[in-house]
Amino acid sequence: MWRILAALTAFLLLATSPEAQETPVQDLLAQNLDLISESSRRTIGPAIDAIAESGLPEAQVVLQKWQNREMWLRESDGKFFWAEEIDRDTLRIFDFDTGDDLGEVPDDDFDQIKPNSGIRALIGVALVRFQLTDPNPARRWDALQAIERDAEAALLEPLRASIPDEPDPAIRAKKERLERLLTISYDADEAARLEAIGDVSGDISLDVRGTLNPLLQTRRKVVEGEIPDTDNVARQLTPGTDALPRAEAYAMLVDAGMAPARVSDADLMNALTANIDGAVVGGVPVAQLNTIDARERAYRALMAEDLVPPFVSQGEIDTALSAHAFYDAYVEPSTAVTDAAEDAMTAITRNVGASQAIDLTLDALSLASIFFLAAIGLAITFGVMGVINMAHGEFIMMGAYTGYVVQQVIPNYTVSILVALPLAFAVTFAAGVAMERLVIRWLYDRPLETLLATFGISIALQQIAKNIFGTQARPLTSPEWLDGALVINDVIGISYIRIAIFVLALIFLCIFLFIMKKTRLGLETRAVTQNPRMAASMGINPDRVNMLTFGLGSGIAGIAGVAIGLFAKVTSELGQDYIVQSFMTVVVGGVGNIWGTLAGATMIGFFQKGVEWLNPSNTLAAQTYMIVFIIIFIQFRPRGIIALKGRAAGD
Amino acid sequence: MRQSFFARNPSVVIFLCCLAAFTLVVSLLSEGAGTGFISTSFIKTLGKTLCLCLIAVAMDLVWGYTGILSLGHFAFFGLGGYMIGMWLMYERTRDIVVSSMANAQIPPTEQEVVDAIGTQIFGVVGSSEFPLVWAFADSLVLQLAMVVLIPGLLALVFGWLAFRSRVTGVYLSILTQAMTLALSLYLFQNDSGLRGNNGLSGLQNLPGVEASQAVVSVWFLWASALALGLGYMLAAWVVSGKFGSVIRGIRDDEARVRFLGYSVEGYKLFIFVLSAVIAGIAGALYYPQAGIINPAEVAPIASIYLAVWVAIGGRGRLYGAVIGAAFVSLVSTWFTGGQVPSLDIGFYRIDWVEWWQVILGLSFVIVTLFAPKGIGGLFDLITDRVRPDRHGADYGPDKGSFQEAEGRE
Repeated sequence: MWRILAALTAFLLLATSPEAQETPVQDLLAQNLDLISESSRRTIGPAIDAIAESGLPEAQVVLQKWQNREMWLRESDGKFFWAEEIDRDTLRIFDFDTGDDLGEVPDDDFDQIKPNSGIRALIGVALVRFQLTDPNPARRWDALQAIERDAEAALLEPLRASIPDEPDPAIRAKKERLERLLTISYDADEAARLEAIGDVSGDISLDVRGTLNPLLQTRRKVVEGEIPDTDNVARQLTPGTDALPRAEAYAMLVDAGMAPARVSDADLMNALTANIDGAVVGGVPVAQLNTIDARERAYRALMAEDLVPPFVSQGEIDTALSAHAFYDAYVEPSTAVTDAAEDAMTAITRNVGASQAIDLTLDALSLASIFFLAAIGLAITFGVMGVINMAHGEFIMMGAYTGYVVQQVIPNYTVSILVALPLAFAVTFAAGVAMERLVIRWLYDRPLETLLATFGISIALQQIAKNIFGTQARPLTSPEWLDGALVINDVIGISYIRIAIFVLALIFLCIFLFIMKKTRLGLETRAVTQNPRMAASMGINPDRVNMLTFGLGSGIAGIAGVAIGLFAKVTSELGQDYIVQSFMTVVVGGVGNIWGTLAGATMIGFFQKGVEWLNPSNTLAAQTYMIVFIIIFIQFRPRGIIALKGRAAGD
Repeated sequence: MRQSFFARNPSVVIFLCCLAAFTLVVSLLSEGAGTGFISTSFIKTLGKTLCLCLIAVAMDLVWGYTGILSLGHFAFFGLGGYMIGMWLMYERTRDIVVSSMANAQIPPTEQEVVDAIGTQIFGVVGSSEFPLVWAFADSLVLQLAMVVLIPGLLALVFGWLAFRSRVTGVYLSILTQAMTLALSLYLFQNDSGLRGNNGLSGLQNLPGVEASQAVVSVWFLWASALALGLGYMLAAWVVSGKFGSVIRGIRDDEARVRFLGYSVEGYKLFIFVLSAVIAGIAGALYYPQAGIINPAEVAPIASIYLAVWVAIGGRGRLYGAVIGAAFVSLVSTWFTGGQVPSLDIGFYRIDWVEWWQVILGLSFVIVTLFAPKGIGGLFDLITDRVRPDRHGADYGPDKGSFQEAEGRE
């Protein structure tokens, strides 16, 4: 009552006569002089509250100065100032009410107020309420983040108090959320905590999980006889199960001083070594101590002479274990709270599982689109023309290096990518046409030799790339707008590059379908593929068609190279990493059918991610099992998922 | 009267004589014999080359004679090496452990010795337990049996699966490549039980043998030469008789042989398993000379090089495979060893270590295009051996006359 009256008076005086030299802060401090100068953590509360709740604009400054040990008391008249220490004996003092510089004075008459760390923490809490109601939204946001980082019970009240007046909806939502979390952790009222837990149940955010986990923390305990009712038991444990192996249970007893220590193997060896008498220990010759049996015999002999601590037998261990109860007890004493938290966690785990499934699906889709992108060029050369191109991987690599070179010339990443894509197509198209003209066309009737000859080209190209660009990985930087990730919640997130690759794969699918179904070249390619001589007699030049088709397949590989280079390191071995997977994709999908390639890529992508999910630490294992799976899959569908039927199947 | 096997196959006799003469001369010039004209490391290189020739013979059986382009034979080679390597590493570590434990006051138990070996061997992959695959590592006889059995079994299972579903041609090649890739990826894992990418090392030390490396290297040279001689004879015998005619028939036209009532799958499976076993033995002799084996050896690229050697040497004739493997691998060693002086052509300095791969790749393309018979074809000029007249250009042995007639029409 007193305080409010004082504050009211001060406010009225200030409002009515702004010119007058009123000193509300000084008055307030003077009222709390005893408490402040006593400076005890237990009694300081009302003083801090008085200042914080005074409503004075200077209250925040006072608290800050006090917290920073910059508040001084003039002993002669009991007035407070804040001051800077000029040197050992001189202070520059300032008035709290006006902020005026009162000049330099000797410090003889002044006494520094030195709040201890407990008091400073209390002041800090009081300060948070100022920050929470600060007119500057950024300051409020900072305060919330500070609370989030470093929550404590005392912050709950000011936080709650600040919610109704919050104008900014985003900050208000954040405040309300934090209030729920702090309620769970610190509210004294159990019903409120239960309600808050119910509110966040199923929320998969990390902060919720971080709040609930400490509630569910357990401590492993052992007692003689029955479990006391006072403990909030999470689960009872039986020694000898997976949760509590016998050795561990007995070690707990030993640590608690409830049972004698076992003689470990090392102790046994040390005891035997220490008691070697000539060449004999306990009547057993040292040379015979190379069996466990002989060692125990020797030890028992030593035991009989009381030279070593007694051996604890299995029977004694059994008795000791059965006489005690082992259990995990929650650190949190309230059963209702832990039960509610367990329920909430179950719901959260379920939702996290669902989110992970979605995340995994997205990952698998993105992997599938990478495989598809790498394989689509091959689907043309191998699938449509039946030509094995082992240098396909090297065309991907050439595309990636083209992108790298373009970035050296054009510094703007967006422009350079836009230039690199067609340029990579042009480079690899030219390389593909050259290869078809020089090598492959002589080998159309000899598929196995095509494989070997293109492999020769592949190692030559790889080495040339190594000679030009060196062995270290070259960066191919993506434009800024592809940085970052689309984050849906704390579990689901997918980087923009992967989305871009997915889109690119879709675009390629459309381009491929368009060329094959709607253009003259596609028609001619299909004709030459089905029957070259018939096509030739219809006026199609098979040589030209083969050349262009091969160039097209290679060109697409080049573009895929730019895309792959954006997220993988560009090295001369880049292509090698994709070639086997690409062939697998085409073979599994079914040769000669773009939908098959799509299905193959999807299947391989999902399978690989699935295995990775079962065994997350090990991507190598995932690849191994994937290949084994493919080998087995080929057994059942030797012509792939989508097999050509009838004449087109050929052979 | 039937002529003897050697009389019908004079090339076998010539080959064996050359091999014997080579082995004798090299042994006499070695450091082990005291003369020291050839360094021990080069003896090892020659010994290893003989092993590579042996696997090339196996490859020729599969590819040159049966028409199955296997791109996975180095998987069998590597498995053979791993099998013998397990014994070598176990026994050698055991020697070290036992001698270090001999200083302890109380003699160790059997179990303690085994545990200490486990810690020594698997410490690098953060384990100390012996995995199941090492169950027989303490027995030389069993591990030697596994050198033959494990590659044979893998080939049997894989071959049976592949041939019964009639996977042929390039599909089979890619499938075999996938097999070796899967194996190498598996071996790269730390928990595969074979020390992950560290592989097995210290294999050049034979446990219980006091002789110096100079002598041991000559022993291995002899063993490799013997294995090559026997493997060559076995292969020559297999391809010389009626069996050989059938597998060549499968190579040239599989469907026709099947219609004639032969069990094509059975023949292919037999050849595939036999060649895998030979490859396993070659590997078991190779890696003790190399001293170290790791999963990179099993990578698909190695098997493709094997095909390159056989193609350059000349498919469809066993001596061609041997010549190809010896020639290409020795020339490779020479070029990549940095002993060839760099060539300065004014504006650019050609460093052969860097450019050798390019030459190899391109020469391989050229051989494929212009000389399908490879180096072995040169011998035809001497012996005037005339191939059967097949009405047209020689398309190489993997596709038969039928293809060719169609292709040229």
